[in-house]
Amino acid sequence: MPTVPSSRAVGVTATALLTALSLTACGGQPGSGDGDDAPTSFTVLSANEHASMRTDLDALAAGPCAAQHEALPLEHQTVAQADVVQQITLLAGQGALPVHYIAGTSQVRPDGDLGTAGLVLDYQEALTEVGAWDDVLPAASSTITNVYGHMVSLPYQYNLEGIWYNKQLFAEHGIAEPQTFGELMAAADTLQAAGVIPFTAGGSDGWPLTRWIGMHIVREVGPQALTDIRDGRARLTDPAYVAGARALAEMAEKEYFGEGVVSRGGDQSANLFLTGEAAMTYNGSWMLNDINDPATNQIGPENVGLMPFPAVEGGAGSRDHWAANAGTAYAMLPDRYSPEVGDWLACIAGNWGSQALSSGSLSGFRVNEEVADVPAPTAMVQEQIEQIDQTVLWFEALFDAESNSLASTNVSLLVSGQMSPEDYMADLQESIDSNAR
Amino acid sequence: MNSVLGDRRTIIILLGPALLLYTLVKVVPVAWSLGLSFFEGNSLRGFEFVGFANFVEFAGDDAALQSVLVTLRYALLATTSQVALGYALALLYVFVLRRGSAFLRTVVFFPMVLPGVATALLFRNLVAVGPNQGPVNDLLNLLGLDSVEFLASGDLTLATALVMNLWQSMGFYAVLLYAGLLDIPEETIESARLDGANGLRLVRHVVLPLSLPILLSSIIFSFNSTLKVFDGLLALNNGGPGTETSPLTLYMYRTAFEYAEYGYGSTIAFVLTLLCLVFTLAIFRSSRRKVED
Repeated sequence: MPTVPSSRAVGVTATALLTALSLTACGGQPGSGDGDDAPTSFTVLSANEHASMRTDLDALAAGPCAAQHEALPLEHQTVAQADVVQQITLLAGQGALPVHYIAGTSQVRPDGDLGTAGLVLDYQEALTEVGAWDDVLPAASSTITNVYGHMVSLPYQYNLEGIWYNKQLFAEHGIAEPQTFGELMAAADTLQAAGVIPFTAGGSDGWPLTRWIGMHIVREVGPQALTDIRDGRARLTDPAYVAGARALAEMAEKEYFGEGVVSRGGDQSANLFLTGEAAMTYNGSWMLNDINDPATNQIGPENVGLMPFPAVEGGAGSRDHWAANAGTAYAMLPDRYSPEVGDWLACIAGNWGSQALSSGSLSGFRVNEEVADVPAPTAMVQEQIEQIDQTVLWFEALFDAESNSLASTNVSLLVSGQMSPEDYMADLQESIDSNAR
Repeated sequence: MNSVLGDRRTIIILLGPALLLYTLVKVVPVAWSLGLSFFEGNSLRGFEFVGFANFVEFAGDDAALQSVLVTLRYALLATTSQVALGYALALLYVFVLRRGSAFLRTVVFFPMVLPGVATALLFRNLVAVGPNQGPVNDLLNLLGLDSVEFLASGDLTLATALVMNLWQSMGFYAVLLYAGLLDIPEETIESARLDGANGLRLVRHVVLPLSLPILLSSIIFSFNSTLKVFDGLLALNNGGPGTETSPLTLYMYRTAFEYAEYGYGSTIAFVLTLLCLVFTLAIFRSSRRKVED
C-alpha cells in the first residue's frame, strides 16, 4: 500500500520551501552586484524621460570619449522618472546597482538611504584626482552641495530659474524690468487692467506655484532662509515665512494667474506665455527648448527676457542671488569606481558642456570647445550662469520626500482660497517635524 | 473516475502545480506584506521590528484617516450609482428594447475597454477652464453661468470622478445584470402579468427578488473595485486639490514607493484588505439573511 504524506507534513514542507525561495530571491548585499570587482562596462541608469542625456553620452562615446568607450563600453539602462526611488531602493537592496545611476534627491543626502549605506561617490574628490574638477562651474558645485549636502551628483543639466517676460508687452505698457516685489505687483496691475494675464504657471504640477513662496521667503529672510528651516533655526510658521505664502495667495486672489491656474498643465502654461497671452512666467532655463523652437514661440525669441526674482522691500535677500538647480541626482558607486571609470568621469567633465550646448541645453560643466550657432536666448543664459558664484535653493529643495509632496499638493488649496497661508505653512512644518523624528 | 479522484496522491499531483503557482504569486506576497506591517524601513535601509507601532501610527494619522473617508465615500457613491444605473439599463434591455438592445449594449459597454488613465485625461479636458476651456464650461457659459474650475474643488473633483466611473463601468454592470435577468423564467413573468403585476410592481415584487443573487454579486464586484480605485483619481487630479480626493491606494503608493516606507505602506495595504473583507462579508451576511427571510 503506497504511503501518502500527511497533509500537515506537506503543508510544513511547502511553507519551508517557499520561505527559503522567497528569502533567496530577495536577499543580497546593498550596492553593486559584484562586490569590489571592477566593472566590465560603463553602465548608466537614466530616466526614460532623459532621452537627450543618452543621446549626448552616445555622442561622447563616438567622439571625444571613444578611447574610454573602447576600454569600458558605455551601456544604458532606463527607469521611469516616477519609479526612481522605488527602483533604486530595490536595486540597491539586491546589490544590483549599475556604476552610474539616477537617484532620488533625499536618497543621496548624507542621512539618506544611499548616503548612509556609502553608495555615493564624492565627485569633488574623484574629479580632483583625475584633474577635472575645474571643469565643474562653481555655481553648479555650489547648488549641488547645497541641495545634496555633498558633491554626489554631476550637473548634466544646470538650470537658472527666474521670471521670463515678454519684452514687447512690457514696452507697450511702459513697464521697466521690476527691481522690487512691489514694482512687480504694480506691473501686474497695469497688465491686468490692459487685459493681459500678468503671470502664468502650470499649477497642476504644484512646484511652479511653490517657487513663488520660496523665492519670496529667500528675498525677505536672506539666502540662508531654507537651510535655517532644515537646521531648526527657524520655522515655516514664523511671520516672514508665512508672508511668502500670503504673497502667493494674494496674487491668486487678484487673479494675476488668470482663470484655471490650479488645473493648468506645464505645456498649457508655456503656450500661454509663448503666444503672448500671458506676460510673465516663473520657470527654469529648460524652457529654452520651447523658446528656441519657432513652432511654439510665436512672440519671437528676441522678445523673451529673463530677470531674477525681484527683491522684497526691506528684506535681507539680494536680487543677485539667482535660484538654480542641477537637475536630477546622478550618483556613482564607490565600490565600482575603477581607473577606467575615472577616465570616463574626466572625459564627461571635459566635454559635456560643449556637447550639451550643441544639443541646445545648458549644463553645469565648463564649455571647453566653442559651439557655433547657439541661439541668442541660450547664449544669454549660459553667459549668466558663468558669472554666478552663489545660488539659492527652491522652496522644497531641503524638505524630506513627504513634505516635498505635501508642499506641492496643498498649494492648490492655498491658491484657491480653501486653505489659509498660516494653515498651509503650519501643515508643512508639522510634516517636517514628524519626519525629522 | 471516482477511484482516480479519490486517490490523495492523484489529487496532489493534479492540484499541486496550480496550488504552488497560486501560493507563490498570491499567498506569499500577501503574507510577506502582512509581515512587513510589523517592521519599519525598506530593503536598502534594512527593517526594524516595531510590533504594532505602524497600526498605532495609522490610527493617529490624519492623512490616512482622510484617505479612508475618501475611499469609503467614493466606494459607496460609485457602487450605488453604477449598480443602480446598470440595473436600470439591464431592465431597459430586457423589458423595453428586448432583441433590439444589442447595439445599445455595445455602445454603453464600449467605454469599459478604454484604459482608466485615458478616460481620466479625457474628463480632465472636458471640465477644463481657461484659454483651452472644455465643453462642460462652454455649456455653462451658454446657459449664462460663469465657468467653474472643477478640479480646484474636492467635491467637484469627486463628482467628476464619479461621472467618469459611471460612464466607464455602467455598461459592464448592465451586461452582467442583463445576463441575470435573462435567467428569470419567461413563464414566471407571464404569470405575474396575468395576476395583474405590471411596470414597477412587477419589478419590485417579481424581478428584483429573482435577480437578487446576481445583484449582490454585482455589488460585491463593484465595492471591491471601487474601494481599490487608483488610476482614475491619480490621473484626473493627482488626488487633489491638496489630498481631498486621495484614496487609500494612492496614500499607500506614495508611502511605500515615493517615501520608501515599506513597513507603513504595508500597514495601509493591510487596512485596505480588511476594508474589502469587511464589506464583502457584510454583504454576504445581509444576502443570507434576505434568503432566510
